[in-house]
Amino acid sequence: MGKTLDINIHHLTRVEGHGNIIVRASDGKVEKCHLQIVETPRVFESMICGLSWRDTAMLTCRICGICSVGHTTASIQATDDAFGLKLTPEVLALRKLMLLAEEIQSHVLHVYFLAAPDALGAGSVLPLASSHPEVVKRALRMKKVGNVICDAVAGRHVHPIALVPGGFTHVPSKKDLKKVQDYILMLNDDVDATVETVAAIGGAFPKFEREREDVSLTHPDEYAFYNGQLKSSKTGVHDIHDYAKVIHEFCVEHSTSKHVRNVDACLAVGALSRFNNNAAQLNDRGQAAAKKLGLKAPCYNPYYNNLAQTVEIAHFYDEAVKLMDQIMKMDLTEATLAPNVTPKAGRGIGLTEVPRGLLVHDYTYDEKGVCTKANCIIPTGMNLANIDHDMQKYVPEVINTRTQDQIGHDLEMLVRSYDPCISCSVHLLKVDWV
Amino acid sequence: MAKPRVSFHDFTSCEGCQLQVLNCEDELLGIVGAVDIVNFREAIDEKSDEYDIAFIEGAFTRESDRKRLEHIRKCAKIVVALGACACTGGLNVLKNFRGIDESMKKVYGEAASWYETSPALPIEAAIKVDVKINGCPIPKQEFLEVVKSVLAGRTPQIPDYPVCVECKLRENVCLFQKGEYCMGVVAKAGCNAWCPSYGGRCYACRGLITDFNKNAAKDVLAEYGLTLEQVMAEFRMFNGVFPVAEPPADGALKS
Ligand code: SF4
Ligand code: SF4
Ligand code: SF4
Repeated sequence: MGKTLDINIHHLTRVEGHGNIIVRASDGKVEKCHLQIVETPRVFESMICGLSWRDTAMLTCRICGICSVGHTTASIQATDDAFGLKLTPEVLALRKLMLLAEEIQSHVLHVYFLAAPDALGAGSVLPLASSHPEVVKRALRMKKVGNVICDAVAGRHVHPIALVPGGFTHVPSKKDLKKVQDYILMLNDDVDATVETVAAIGGAFPKFEREREDVSLTHPDEYAFYNGQLKSSKTGVHDIHDYAKVIHEFCVEHSTSKHVRNVDACLAVGALSRFNNNAAQLNDRGQAAAKKLGLKAPCYNPYYNNLAQTVEIAHFYDEAVKLMDQIMKMDLTEATLAPNVTPKAGRGIGLTEVPRGLLVHDYTYDEKGVCTKANCIIPTGMNLANIDHDMQKYVPEVINTRTQDQIGHDLEMLVRSYDPCISCSVHLLKVDWV
Repeated sequence: MAKPRVSFHDFTSCEGCQLQVLNCEDELLGIVGAVDIVNFREAIDEKSDEYDIAFIEGAFTRESDRKRLEHIRKCAKIVVALGACACTGGLNVLKNFRGIDESMKKVYGEAASWYETSPALPIEAAIKVDVKINGCPIPKQEFLEVVKSVLAGRTPQIPDYPVCVECKLRENVCLFQKGEYCMGVVAKAGCNAWCPSYGGRCYACRGLITDFNKNAAKDVLAEYGLTLEQVMAEFRMFNGVFPVAEPPADGALKS
């Protein structure tokens, strides 16, 4: 006899929750299976209209505190683009350093605080603090690099102050930068230990595959993260100004976050998509980590986004070490860093790879530099349709071999693997069986 | 003695203030040792939850959230509003000025009616708040001060004088002298003049000092040639709930 499943969360009666998993199956057939996002609409694209170019990034970085530097980066690139600003190598280097800091910090948070407890069967990181204190201390030490770098360069990580269109409003002192460099170098062994830890738990993730369209930036000279061209594994390389030809947004009733598609019904962004599209450009440390974790491109197991993030921790870490070395030799002064901005009417586009994947900011300004139109496409939103399709393939595959509870847990882990912005990832994950 | 039970909740926010809590890396394990964290980035059903201190992040922007807020209030002995979104509605209040229906149409088009929303408000519009930690994001030092005082049963020391005081102590060159303008004259201190120290203008993300209307701040702004429009725009970013964000009928700020 076919099994009947009903996984459902009634978000109005359930308290803390921005997202729910809904699965309904009867007689062994899946009728309904999707991730519901019930986050309050925040209407940033409307709030931004009427703001001066000086304030646009200040507002949009507050879309997400965890990707605050990423949002600022995409936002100021859009403004640079609209006004045709030229950047000095010094500005570029500090911007990239901050973004690397955020990628590492965010991946460390996800891998240690969310994925590892899942794999180790702990409810959260809190029990690990007493059972594996050295692991938690290592995680906190590594996570802190995001703050150490961003505090010195832009005043703080959550909503950076000095990171603005055209440059920086603050010149970091060589003394502060030396401390940053020492801190980065101190983490060398922690990076290897992280790869070891994840390699040890990698087997805990389900073996599940679904072929997908990977979308990310790509860059001729590096494993793309700060800028580049837009690459789809299905339609090839596009200029970023044509992003709307690849990323088609549409509304669905079960989610206040818009869904996205290209040639298929869904597409994927994030660490695994970057890895699939650009793995050949990883540095030696990144390649070694991939080998150790057994990750090969293209990989179509969405659970392995955790492994791709770990590969990126290793890769981005060595990039940060190299970049820091160059920065120490640079002439950082007001002359090389201070923004020099003359607003003009026009449209500008910024695409950045943030920890959770591709991020798009698209602004139109009038001649005074006041924003008249904006569009922001968030990686978590881009992945939602893909998550639905993963779940719709996964559930029928296991419906007769795994229990309701097991399937519920697998789906939670699946959603977590995409590392959706914490607001969705962490609250949704209690599944009610009706 | 049983350890106090602490819970974190979020409403409409960017979760940056909760991240600031995690950013206290050096103190975090100490805090985790001194309290029982029963709800923080975890799925625990509040209905069966017991906690003494509730930290609430985020603005109140949806009528259906009122019940959730009331429930937290009922469970907790002490409610702490965490950050600008919770304390003043924060930047979410901007949407109130853009028109709610209009905003929803702009973002969702025809699909706007599928989703529920209402004007953004501080959580105080729904429940009583015992302690406020201001800022967007909250300063770590203030979070630690509040945690320590609440645990010790004393009133936290939170300044009620302008950011300028801290800024002068840090010997920053005043932005007005560089031809810029800055809200530090009326903004509540406690952030150690965070933004001006990194070349940024203060937007009063920590809210306004209590007697900003009485003191000379407005005259000071006018003296520096700030237009009424500029002041309103700056105030609005984080202080849309205060009446000052609407131009005064008598045009008091016009020079
Ligand atoms: S106050 Fe600012 S940092 Fe805190 S949650 Fe709200 S938007 Fe984020
Ligand atoms: S820069 Fe701003 S905060 Fe500092 S003294 Fe001037 S007005 Fe006050
Ligand atoms: S300087 Fe002003 S805007 Fe900056 S953190 Fe302090 S109160 Fe907020």
